[in-house]
Amino acid sequence: MRITVLLPGVLRPAAGNQSTLELEVQEQATLGAVLDELAGRYPLLDRRLRDERSSLRRYVNFYVDGEECRRLDGPATVLRPDTEIQILPSVAGG
Amino acid sequence: MHLLAIGTRKGLWLATSRDRTSWEVRGPLLPMTEVYAVAIDPRRPRLLAGTTSSHFGPTVMTSDDLGETWEEPDHAPLSFPEDTALERVWQLALTDDPDVVYAGTQPSALFRSEDGGRTYSLVRGLWEHPHRKDWGAGYGGQAVHTVLPDPTDSKRLTVAMSTGGVYRTTDGGESWEASNKGVKAYFLPDPYPEFGQCVHKVARHPSTPDRLYLQNHHGVYRSSDGGATWDSIADGLPSDFGFPIAVHPHDPEVVYNFPLVADGERFPPGGECAVYRSPDGGESWTALRTGLPDGFWTAVMRDAMCTDTATPAGVYFGSRSGSVYASPDEGETWHRVVEHLPDVVCVRAAEV
Repeated sequence: MRITVLLPGVLRPAAGNQSTLELEVQEQATLGAVLDELAGRYPLLDRRLRDERSSLRRYVNFYVDGEECRRLDGPATVLRPDTEIQILPSVAGG
Repeated sequence: MHLLAIGTRKGLWLATSRDRTSWEVRGPLLPMTEVYAVAIDPRRPRLLAGTTSSHFGPTVMTSDDLGETWEEPDHAPLSFPEDTALERVWQLALTDDPDVVYAGTQPSALFRSEDGGRTYSLVRGLWEHPHRKDWGAGYGGQAVHTVLPDPTDSKRLTVAMSTGGVYRTTDGGESWEASNKGVKAYFLPDPYPEFGQCVHKVARHPSTPDRLYLQNHHGVYRSSDGGATWDSIADGLPSDFGFPIAVHPHDPEVVYNFPLVADGERFPPGGECAVYRSPDGGESWTALRTGLPDGFWTAVMRDAMCTDTATPAGVYFGSRSGSVYASPDEGETWHRVVEHLPDVVCVRAAEV
């Protein structure tokens, strides 16, 4: 199935300056599996999103069809065909 | 040209000068990253910066054009085994071999680079040390913040951490020995433990590697035997508390300190900004204040004081309130380089 990942400007240089990534993944793929797929293509992007334990960085948010993934099943959230994943940094810091 | 790299909580600034009295300041570079570690390798020249983004995590960046452009490898320059995550790079230490660079990190670990500081591998001997499970964490975290390669023997290194103390290796990092004899840990039931001391900084003289100076969480010490034993040199200072300690580049007896009242206060005594210098290995101390301000209600952090290698030697420090001062004459007189920066956490000087 096909899913879409939307990247904010600050992360685009780590993914060949693309704002939208289209990925073909297995049926019932999870968010974590999509991030693993991205890590293979764009290791620098992956380091911005997850640490060595594959934990999502605390102030990076992953919206799965508009719902923040931590309110779903986090990286275990199962995706549907045509899911749109939007990655947005938190409004944080001072 | 004299180059001063200033790492802050919100980016890196670079100051350049011909005479070390007037400075041209450029920045912010690497904005909105905490720059706790900077190294200047004048041989290439190359700048190395340990940066941490609160959003996107830590990394090490390098620049071969004095900060105009920055690079990092696609794959993590430093990474732990999968059960641990790198939190911060606290120290980037150059060696006589321009390709060999060490990094000290939080959590406490040592990494070694053999490509001039671009990629690193974990030094397993320290990471697998049986003491590691008992290393504590101070307010600033549990980190190897001091890395001192021995310039006369590439197999010998000294590292120090908060909280854990000083460790030494003589076999290139395979085995490590705690090295804290004489250093007090007043906050522990045994005040002179084998390890567990909260070391803030250790300085080593480049041509006399057995001469070391140590600023502890209360306590200032000197070692004349490469760190095997330590003697107090706090008499003559207004306080034995502080963070940085720096040694003169050409004279192992000359040492610089920035005392703060106590760990409960963390201001210079009376708010008077002063660098203390000893001409005799810490036996006596003199306050140096010419050109420095009063009403200085701020602190100088562990890596925010350094010397350069010029003659006469330059001395530099930066404050948590974002001011940086430079002395072109070994501390006699001081000039303000810049003010109103974010919190300064490290400074490094070199001639490029």
